[in-house]
Amino acid sequence: MSTLVQERTTVQPAPARAPRRRPGKRTILLAGAAVAWLVGFLVLHGTSTLTLPASELTDLHRSLNQFNAWVAANRADNPVFLYVFTPLRAAVDAVANVFITTFAASPTGLRLPEIGWLGTVGLLGWTAFAAGNARVALLTVAVFTFFGLQGLFLEATYTFALVLTAVLLTLLVGIPLGILAGVYGRVAKVITPVLDFMQTLPTFVYLAPLALVFLIGPASAVIATVIYAAPPVIRLTAHGIRAIPENTREASDSLGTTGLQRLVTLQLPMARRTIVMGINQSTMAALSMVTIAALIAAPGLGQVVVRALQSLDVGTAVNAGLSIVLLAIVLDRVTTAASRRADPAAARNRRVSRRTRYILLGITLVLALAMVQLSRTMLWAAAFPKDLNIGPAIVQTVAAASQWMQTNLSLFTVSFRETVTTGILNPFQSLLTDTPFYILVAVIAVAAYALGGWKLAALTTACLGVIIYLGLWSDSMVTLAGTLVATAVVMVLGIIFGVAMGRSERVDQIMRPLLDAGQTMPAFVYLVPFLGLFGATRFTAIIAGIIYAAPVAIKITADGIAAISPTVVEAAVASGSTPWQVITKVQLPMARQTLALAANQGLIYVLAMVVVGALVGAGGLGYDVVAGFVQSALFGKGLAAGVAIVFLGILLDRMTQAAAATPVRKIPTTRTRTT
Amino acid sequence: MKKAGLLLKRTLPAMAGAAAAALLLAGCGSASVNQVNAAGGTSETPCGTVNVAMNAWVGYTANAAVYSYVAKNKLGCTVVQKDLNEQISWQGFASGEVDVVMENWGHADLVKQYITDQKVAVDDGPTGNEGHIGWYVPPWMAEKYPDILDGKNLNKYASLFATSESGGKGQVLDGDPAFVTNDEALVKNLNLDYKVVFSGSEAALIQSFRTAQQNKTPLLGYFYEPQWFLSEVPLKKVNLPAWTPGCDTDAEKVACDYPTYKLNKVVSKKFQDSGSPAAKLAKNFQWTNADQNSVATDIQGGMTPEAAAKKWVDAHQDAVKTWLS
Repeated sequence: MSTLVQERTTVQPAPARAPRRRPGKRTILLAGAAVAWLVGFLVLHGTSTLTLPASELTDLHRSLNQFNAWVAANRADNPVFLYVFTPLRAAVDAVANVFITTFAASPTGLRLPEIGWLGTVGLLGWTAFAAGNARVALLTVAVFTFFGLQGLFLEATYTFALVLTAVLLTLLVGIPLGILAGVYGRVAKVITPVLDFMQTLPTFVYLAPLALVFLIGPASAVIATVIYAAPPVIRLTAHGIRAIPENTREASDSLGTTGLQRLVTLQLPMARRTIVMGINQSTMAALSMVTIAALIAAPGLGQVVVRALQSLDVGTAVNAGLSIVLLAIVLDRVTTAASRRADPAAARNRRVSRRTRYILLGITLVLALAMVQLSRTMLWAAAFPKDLNIGPAIVQTVAAASQWMQTNLSLFTVSFRETVTTGILNPFQSLLTDTPFYILVAVIAVAAYALGGWKLAALTTACLGVIIYLGLWSDSMVTLAGTLVATAVVMVLGIIFGVAMGRSERVDQIMRPLLDAGQTMPAFVYLVPFLGLFGATRFTAIIAGIIYAAPVAIKITADGIAAISPTVVEAAVASGSTPWQVITKVQLPMARQTLALAANQGLIYVLAMVVVGALVGAGGLGYDVVAGFVQSALFGKGLAAGVAIVFLGILLDRMTQAAAATPVRKIPTTRTRTT
Repeated sequence: MKKAGLLLKRTLPAMAGAAAAALLLAGCGSASVNQVNAAGGTSETPCGTVNVAMNAWVGYTANAAVYSYVAKNKLGCTVVQKDLNEQISWQGFASGEVDVVMENWGHADLVKQYITDQKVAVDDGPTGNEGHIGWYVPPWMAEKYPDILDGKNLNKYASLFATSESGGKGQVLDGDPAFVTNDEALVKNLNLDYKVVFSGSEAALIQSFRTAQQNKTPLLGYFYEPQWFLSEVPLKKVNLPAWTPGCDTDAEKVACDYPTYKLNKVVSKKFQDSGSPAAKLAKNFQWTNADQNSVATDIQGGMTPEAAAKKWVDAHQDAVKTWLS
């Protein structure tokens, strides 16, 4: 962000925008840093760039490579393996196998599951009904039947079984931890940075070591998923408990309840809705790991997507991607409905009486069990009928459409890509990679000081120091360049669509579902068509980042614009402002803090896509991580690159947060000027 | 207390339902259609399940498809195919996730780790295919610039190969980062004015070479034989300093061309010792580059791997018979 701010100051210097005010200390510092940077780039171009060729390693990387050999040497007799890792793997494997055998395929006989497709549809539909309502039950039944029609029932149930295992284990670990963190402030203090780290560390980074320790297969896939999915439920559980009003707690305490009683009778029931929301978030996170887990031999839909990516088969990728999105929708709607049901207030105004509901539940349960029984004894109900398959039709239609787009649009898409790459991306990247490292460190430190004082300057310098120590400075700058360009586009989109949505209820209603889809769709799915259109380039990687991050930025901006008091806007309109003036002089300046927050979140989301972007042509740290995962000689470098991404993330996050916090002082002057 | 009671009331029927379901499952566990039908099917040969790793190039797919087809249809095995990268497949030998790798390209480091040291995998003999990796240019370039096929002249042509991705240098287009490659080290150690750019997959490489030949645009890229695409566009190999034994032991210091690979099969120790007929089939499996290319061409032409395998097996009954004996 620092650099983004600097760039803005160079393009349109702040003093020009506020002519009546003398430039503040902060502006002078930022402008000075930008000038120093430009001068350093022009004069010392190409010196001290700390470039490390892709095939070369530092001593640190080589020593990290030893981890591989260490695991191999210690697997058989080291107590950590004997008593922790190996039993843990066996236990997770056992749980995963129960679900896989139940829903997807048993290891014996015809490899049919314990419950065939009809039984699965019935049982899951009933569960959705019991936990939620009739509408989500119907949705569940329809979607699971549709998996069968797509010809992907087996893959979908594999994925479902693994997600279920991962979510169960996540809750087993996450809810107790969340309770501890909610009850004891000290636990929360210890746990929060760990959760931050878990969420910034790209999943790819721990995939390789995890596969070494736990071996490839469903167990490692589930463990990797749990690491990724646990933070939301831990955070929300803790938050739910902490958010209980103090006086409610005191009232209960005055009755002489013990700590455990208080937890069971007061805190847990009152936090229930928040906890279920946490379960919802964790479930979605678990599902988004499906494709990545496929890389370490997790069976299911992810394998289909990965295979399609390898053969650039857009049709197959979209078919399987559709299944993943539908599964996400079902899991989301069912857990959301469950969380509504968990809300004590909702219990009072239900249309159906509890008694009728129980009778209905009983009848449908019998029906579901009959379907289960059928699916165990009849072949047609066990394996989905092969001739009821619209999968190939979907695949061919999409493939034809994408083929048409590739042949007819490629001239346009290629020239667009080339223009953006040579016009914006390459110069900006060279500005970062060809400037001597010491100048950039100084520039970033000064910018950090301007935004957040000595503390922030020390923190950013430390982060950059770690990156230099990891031997990945130049790669980090490549990643930074791509990330900042993507974030800039995200912010432009955020402002355009956010303002439109914030100003009009109708636009908001149209846009929201699209944004939700953009966030739930696994990146790999839309990457395949973009690969076809733009090839494996940094441009495609930036697009991937934009698609993933724009919805968040748009939503935050829209909320910020909508939250501005209508009287202020009316006042501006009454005094004769045009809509354009209202937007630029009132709404945007007043939503400035929200915009900074949107930039912060946009950056973090773009950064989360760095590694996925490397699969479609991005270089830098993302590529190091991917290469470290697939080439054992580069294992250590990949690990180091993963850590570098985390430190880059901390740096960008803290700087944007500081930028979001500081402009508060300026808003009053803007407001008085415009109203 | 009231809320806890409410909670209990709601969970109770759910638990009862789950219990009923469990009872139902336990009650008719033995009568399931899964077991009944299977009992009749597998009486002849106890083959069981074979886990075949699927690496991401079509030549590999051809090997694995024919092996899987024969194991499934002639031996009655259950074949489970898993899409995995090369390095990851080897990790599967230790966990039992992978039984067979049907086409292995060297990988001296993995051989040492998994065959020599950990003893979880075994070299299962050659596939009969001979592999070459190298840098290739489309045929029109070899005609127009004949001396480009000598690696020493590459720097002269670097500017031809520059793209927006290669940062002012010439571009060497690589495939999947997971493929066997020394290209990054080669560029550096041979002092070439080039940059390695990854296209991400075999499909992308083929597409790039096809367009380069069609539009007569320059392209230098990583490619390999056996490969069906070479019969469509006969790419020309650029000669780098010849391979000598040991010149590529240190991955960071490689400055020579790729060796000729005797492609082989690798199986897990457990699988080889199991006495499964599928293990015997893996050991006996052998064919030629032409065989592999014919199956690969069919797969590329739109046939499913299984159908392409069936076509080849039907036409080569004798070969299959010797594998099975």
